[in-house]
Amino acid sequence: MTTDCLHCGDPVPQHSEGGADFCCKGCRGAYELINGLGLKTYYERRVIDPDAKILRPEDDTVKIDYCAHINDENGLKTLYLMVEGIHCAACVWLIETVLGKQEGVVQARVNMSTRRLVLKWREETLDPNDLIAKVSALGYRLVPYDPCLLNSENEKQEKELLRAMSVAGFAAANVMLFSVSIWAGYSQGMMDSTRDFMHWLSALIALPAVAYAGRPFYRSALTALKAGRLNMDVPISLAVLLAAGMSLFQVITGAEHAYFDSAISLLFFLLIGRYLDRRARGRARGAAEHLLGLNAVAVTVLSEDGNKILLPPEQVKDGMIVLCAAGERVAVDGQIIDGISDIDTSLISGESVPVMAKVEDKVFAGTVNLSAPIKIRVLATGEGTLLAEIVRLMEEAEAGRANYVALADRVARYYAPVVHLLSLGTFIYWFFFAGVVWNEALLNAIAVLIITCPCALALAVPVVQVIASGRLMRQGILVKTGTALERLAHVKNIVFDKTGTLTLGRAELVNKEKIAQTDLELAAALAGASKHPLSRALCRAVPHIAVKSGVLEVPGRGLQWEKVRLGSRQWCGLAEAPLSDGPELWLDKGDGLPVCLQFADHLRPDAKEVVARLQASYQTHLLSGDRVEPVRKVAEDLNIQDWKAQCSPADKCEVLTHMEAALMVGDGLNDAPALAAAHVSLSPSTAIDVSQTTADAVFQGDKLKAVLEVLGVARKAERLIKQNFGLAFLYNSVTIPLAIAGYVTPLIAAVAMSTSSLVVIANALRLSKGKVS
Amino acid sequence: MTSLLYLIPAMLLLGGLGLAGFLWALKSGQYDDMEGNASRILYDDDDKPLPPEDKI
Repeated sequence: MTTDCLHCGDPVPQHSEGGADFCCKGCRGAYELINGLGLKTYYERRVIDPDAKILRPEDDTVKIDYCAHINDENGLKTLYLMVEGIHCAACVWLIETVLGKQEGVVQARVNMSTRRLVLKWREETLDPNDLIAKVSALGYRLVPYDPCLLNSENEKQEKELLRAMSVAGFAAANVMLFSVSIWAGYSQGMMDSTRDFMHWLSALIALPAVAYAGRPFYRSALTALKAGRLNMDVPISLAVLLAAGMSLFQVITGAEHAYFDSAISLLFFLLIGRYLDRRARGRARGAAEHLLGLNAVAVTVLSEDGNKILLPPEQVKDGMIVLCAAGERVAVDGQIIDGISDIDTSLISGESVPVMAKVEDKVFAGTVNLSAPIKIRVLATGEGTLLAEIVRLMEEAEAGRANYVALADRVARYYAPVVHLLSLGTFIYWFFFAGVVWNEALLNAIAVLIITCPCALALAVPVVQVIASGRLMRQGILVKTGTALERLAHVKNIVFDKTGTLTLGRAELVNKEKIAQTDLELAAALAGASKHPLSRALCRAVPHIAVKSGVLEVPGRGLQWEKVRLGSRQWCGLAEAPLSDGPELWLDKGDGLPVCLQFADHLRPDAKEVVARLQASYQTHLLSGDRVEPVRKVAEDLNIQDWKAQCSPADKCEVLTHMEAALMVGDGLNDAPALAAAHVSLSPSTAIDVSQTTADAVFQGDKLKAVLEVLGVARKAERLIKQNFGLAFLYNSVTIPLAIAGYVTPLIAAVAMSTSSLVVIANALRLSKGKVS
Repeated sequence: MTSLLYLIPAMLLLGGLGLAGFLWALKSGQYDDMEGNASRILYDDDDKPLPPEDKI
């Protein structure tokens, strides 16, 4: 009978280290800690996304010394931390309560949107490492960050927009109240003095609000003008300022019409559009900022007198000798001078099967040392490492993409000059040809400006984008960059990476049926002693087997227990046996008849179907850093004609830059430059941080269907945006002649403006439901 | 029409109060974490007030 672990919910293996109810010691510890503090309700409260895996407390994670990151604020010790592993609000509650119950802690507050924790405490003597250890023991990973380094600029702008929006909203509502009274007064015979009084009050509210709430537009318009360009903010600023100024003049001279309501409600609608736009972009900020944590790990250096010292990575110099324990990430590029181990190079090469490394072999920063401690002589650190090289390649490729101009800006480039010319033309016509007084001519020209820079045009793109990214977010797809949807809609070629993208990125036993049950159990009993990915895969395939005691692990070769050997073909004395397609383990029971256990990295369950459907409208390609054989097999299985194996990150980048309108789907660090070079890019959420940061969108779960969904939504969004522009222009073609002819009174301007905005929003809402593609 | 003389100031005052309240909420960080605050309210059972000397 199997039971599920009380903490993480995974099945409990027989003879587990954690006892009968837990899968491991870590889970047992976490459960006891939670219970001990009386927080058992956590298990009832938590809501777990079946796709996301619960972080298990692991004792072999890298140690960080948090003392170095303490800030002193108003006499309180403060730590800023990023939390990994939060999956629901109960986690937030658990972390806050566990920390809050510690003596001396004044504040522990988790921001769920950004996954950041602010921890403040009073006591000098309190060791932050003890506090953090409590949270780590629950299975969360905490990484310190520097609050000054994060782009607080973005946050500040978002807040400024929200403030401007609230002021504009307040003013628009109140001015509109006066306006309605004035309009009603036309038919009911309001006295001129009352009308003027209302106009003055409107001016009193509208003018400060226009000055304050319009600042984001004025600033951007000024910057554009200084650079000698026109953007959409120039006609907006002109219209608002001219309308407000002209209305003030009208009020002073006691004239009939004032356009305060138009000016301020124009600002209000535009600010809504701008704020939505900003929010859609800022969503994935949190994910990107995890990158900053990569540097916070200490390196163990062996000094000349044989002592071990911990140094921050930037103080490690070439030629030093670094110790890397089993399970630790290698922090430098270097050469092994002592020890033999298996190295997981997936971060660099994208390969899922670790490679053996012995003395004289080179290891690279970012790879993980799996089975035994090694000593490394440092050859390169920090900026000089291969890892930094890849990141640089990625940044260069990214710079190229920054040149992409959003559709709205392209429209504005042509639209803005036309608007100004029309308005100028109107003034010239009325003043010189129709012979009216200058202020009447100017009023007509302003009416053209107000009518032509409609909110509909400014709302057309952001509303569709917010609804599209909202829809994708509900399906676990996070769109990170503002123009990603537009670029996705133009995709012609789709390039896939193999490991971790088309496949699940983990090895599975494939020939289970062909092997005798007793052999399987024996192999699993040995494999339980090792952390090698293939051993773990074997244990997953044959669960609940008691581990043999006294298993000897020979790093890079295999396992031995009495006469039984489990490991590579050489380890079992079979150097000449025919090569198989994928990774393999051999079991030699000591009787000279070794059994081969074959593994494969399975395709994602729906890969075949999705690729087939994509091939109907797109060209598909496969680029992998893996060996030729496995890549060919995947390409043939999925019927992808154009494939290439053994690509270096630079090779991939090269192919991508020459391909027209390519979508890159990839997950490894080796894909990161290609992700940046592609026209647009997607990453699974299992991808490493750098790739997730680079990619335009990130999708969750085991299904590749997300690619279809993203492309479908992007195409539909593109269609809706174009329709919206169409609607906005249609509205213009009706109202511009009216404005030029001088028929647009404040009432008509207000009605036209709000109906066109509502039509555009209603049209965009069609995207939130229904089928795409 | 004299009713306007006190209705208008009253209207502006009430609207202004709403605006000031919103700006204050924004400034004090109540809009920083919409997701977290929405669910935090569900777990308020065993929060006890901080002892007075620890208040900040």
